[in-house]
Amino acid sequence: MTMVQFFFAYFAITMTVLSVLVVTRRNPVHSVLLMLILFIHIAGLYLFLNAEFLAAVQIIVYAGAILVLFLFVIMLLNLKTEEKVRKFQNQWPIGAGIGAILVIFFVSILRKITVLAPLGDYSVERIQSEGAMMTIGKVLYSQYLLPFEIASLILLVAIIGAVVLAKRRI
Amino acid sequence: MVPLSWYIILSAVMFSIGVFGFLARRNLIIMFISIELMLNSANISLVAFSHYLQSINGQIMAFFVITVAAAEAAIGLAILIAFYKNNPTMKVDEIDLLKG
Repeated sequence: MTMVQFFFAYFAITMTVLSVLVVTRRNPVHSVLLMLILFIHIAGLYLFLNAEFLAAVQIIVYAGAILVLFLFVIMLLNLKTEEKVRKFQNQWPIGAGIGAILVIFFVSILRKITVLAPLGDYSVERIQSEGAMMTIGKVLYSQYLLPFEIASLILLVAIIGAVVLAKRRI
Repeated sequence: MVPLSWYIILSAVMFSIGVFGFLARRNLIIMFISIELMLNSANISLVAFSHYLQSINGQIMAFFVITVAAAEAAIGLAILIAFYKNNPTMKVDEIDLLKG
């Protein structure tokens, strides 16, 4: 097992264990803090895949904004952990069964893939020669300009919607 | 060299753990958290394919997925707070005002 495979095995096992812990904690603050560790591991996995800009964006946006939003909501609503309350719903084995069926479905599809798509022209050396951020910037502002503008509209609608939903009197 | 199938299996396992968390928990905050977990597993799959097929499109798509996930988390939590003011419960099977 080479060093890269050993590190990937550490990342994979830790992320699986962390995600199981995230969905099974009783206290939502514990879940959110474990999710923070999970996001940092995901950013490390992006660094494996030669995506440095995306790793930085993952930490800034997910760990720095979305997680803080979750924590603010939990603290604002003052949710206390009640000890005797049932954690899981009554039909939780059905949820576990559907999750297991999904995993078997995805892995069995994976065995049948023999032909991948043709390789593009952004090889690792080309991305590393210009830097990941420069490459993504060039493609984002030339080829994907319309989705970029639509994403900014989505964020504008989200801001207006959040403010309207939180006002006392409209 | 890490084969591509390992990344896809990891993404599938994380996605199905997110599905289990969404379907089986009563707390609404944990349901939102498992939605974010599912979105992150899709991001891992996108970036892995982008690396192994030597294209940049996967990273761009993952960037947009992060943007939309942030907007959706903000709106979802705002709806949650607006609902909590009327009915101070966080358990999804006690929210049955529209029940027939």
